[in-house]
Amino acid sequence: MRSKAILALLLAGAIALPWIAEALGTPATTGVATRIAIYAIAAASLNLILGYGGLVSLGHAAYFGLGGYTVGILWEHFRLNEPFLGIVPGTAELLITFPAALLVGGVSAAIIGALSLRTSGIQFIMITLAFAQMVFFLFVSLAVYGGDDGLSVRRPNEFFGLNLRDPATIYWLSLGMLVLWLWIMGRIVRSRFGRVLEGIRQNERRMAAIGVSTYTYKLAAFTIAGMACAGAGALWANYARFVSPDMMHWTKSGEFMIMVILGGIGTLLGPVLGAVALVSLEFTLSGITEHWKLILGPILIVIVLFARKGLMSLFGRSGSGNG
Amino acid sequence: MAEPVLAIRNLVKRFGGVVATDELTLDVRCGELHALIGPNGAGKTTVIGQICGEIPPDSGSIAFAGADITRLSFAQRVKRGLSRTFQIVQLLDNDTALENIALAVQAAQGHSFRFWRNARLDRRITSPAHALLEQVGLPEDRGRVRASDLSHGERKQLELAIALAPNPRLLLLDEPMAGLGAAESLRMTEVLHGLKGRIPMLLVEHDMDAVFALADRVSVLVYGRCIASGLPGDIRADPAVREAYLTEEDGH
Repeated sequence: MRSKAILALLLAGAIALPWIAEALGTPATTGVATRIAIYAIAAASLNLILGYGGLVSLGHAAYFGLGGYTVGILWEHFRLNEPFLGIVPGTAELLITFPAALLVGGVSAAIIGALSLRTSGIQFIMITLAFAQMVFFLFVSLAVYGGDDGLSVRRPNEFFGLNLRDPATIYWLSLGMLVLWLWIMGRIVRSRFGRVLEGIRQNERRMAAIGVSTYTYKLAAFTIAGMACAGAGALWANYARFVSPDMMHWTKSGEFMIMVILGGIGTLLGPVLGAVALVSLEFTLSGITEHWKLILGPILIVIVLFARKGLMSLFGRSGSGNG
Repeated sequence: MAEPVLAIRNLVKRFGGVVATDELTLDVRCGELHALIGPNGAGKTTVIGQICGEIPPDSGSIAFAGADITRLSFAQRVKRGLSRTFQIVQLLDNDTALENIALAVQAAQGHSFRFWRNARLDRRITSPAHALLEQVGLPEDRGRVRASDLSHGERKQLELAIALAPNPRLLLLDEPMAGLGAAESLRMTEVLHGLKGRIPMLLVEHDMDAVFALADRVSVLVYGRCIASGLPGDIRADPAVREAYLTEEDGH
């Protein structure tokens, strides 16, 4: 129960953050916090397959980018008043673009997953990476949508008359989405489906021996994770008002993976902690030196060596995945 | 005579130049405990692997409950009522004993595409799991211990409980006594004796005391080939069997 009280307190603090930042005269903090919230959704979605399912995907940023580009491309066609592929009209309504991003993310994850999940181990890592790079180069070469330079989304999406250009509003929206996703994910990992997923990570042979066709469950988890990550990408497009192939570069997949491992693999809140740590480390260290990754590297190594559940280890058993 | 629950016909499996299973024909009849014995390297585990679907045979057929299952996957065969234990136990080591059983109970209840309700609080899963724990003779408080922290004997019992969860129509037991102490081995024999008659079993075992205490029929496998099959008394007296196997075993 104490941990619930602490969580409620943390959430209250997170909600109040824009006002606190304003009062302290550091309004830029709200923007940093928005990035953290969005990255946390993406990292948590990766954690569903990486931490709970044991599927090491090195191409998760592909769905982040696809979600972002869904918003970007729909905006572009809305701006030009010219239907996408001659049939799908453009739109700037978040209530349409967000579900569209989830759909695009889900369908692509289902297709990529259906092929990748026929392999396992190192092969799986390489094939997910290869698919993500294919998507990356596809968008690099799509000159109509800016190619290498990316695509500007001049005006953020409409959403119940809210002004998403206001840093606090987009922050609260992202925070709300993060809480919603963590709640859904918390239900999923404790459900029958979640138990099967955890079983597959621990011992796939055992799962076959109790009559579980593991492939379909892995594919379902892969698809759900892709959808959630695309949702994060859609938020990013509204926050940054810009999408580019960098969103799906393999280093971005690596960053998500670092957040998961740094924060605590296979724990619900670990990826959030990881996102907080990585983004704030980048923020502070890059202020000290441009070679900030030289400092980040050893910190990562120490955490991986000494804390199996990353930063979540600091919070003892109450924060562990089975809780 | 009723149709056998498991009918293996002319099964062949080669690994490179080695013939691991050589034209094997074997029946497990309804209600019987059939022991499969043989010296190390005779190919017993390879036979179990082919019956459960982990190893594809090169030729021959396997029929289970009257239907050909030769091309089905492991999981599909389990859904039809085939269940097995492993020589080297396969458990979810991070989970408790009860959670291990619960997952098997859950899997036996149909698909697990249920994303919302907490499975650990689902009584349709937890109550059968408790019953199975008791059935194999594990005390209630051991159920809450992580599988990795259980003793070797307890892990063997736990795996049997998991194998029983789907109410199998045939149980394949791959050396359930391996590595057990005398007392543990006796307890396992008692548990299997309690199951006898209700579930047909194919038992691969090196512990000859257990085999001759439990088996209705015994088949002897040597170099992948079945050299004798019959009642325990006849097998014990069979000169070919003594030559190939039992004398060597006595020598220890």
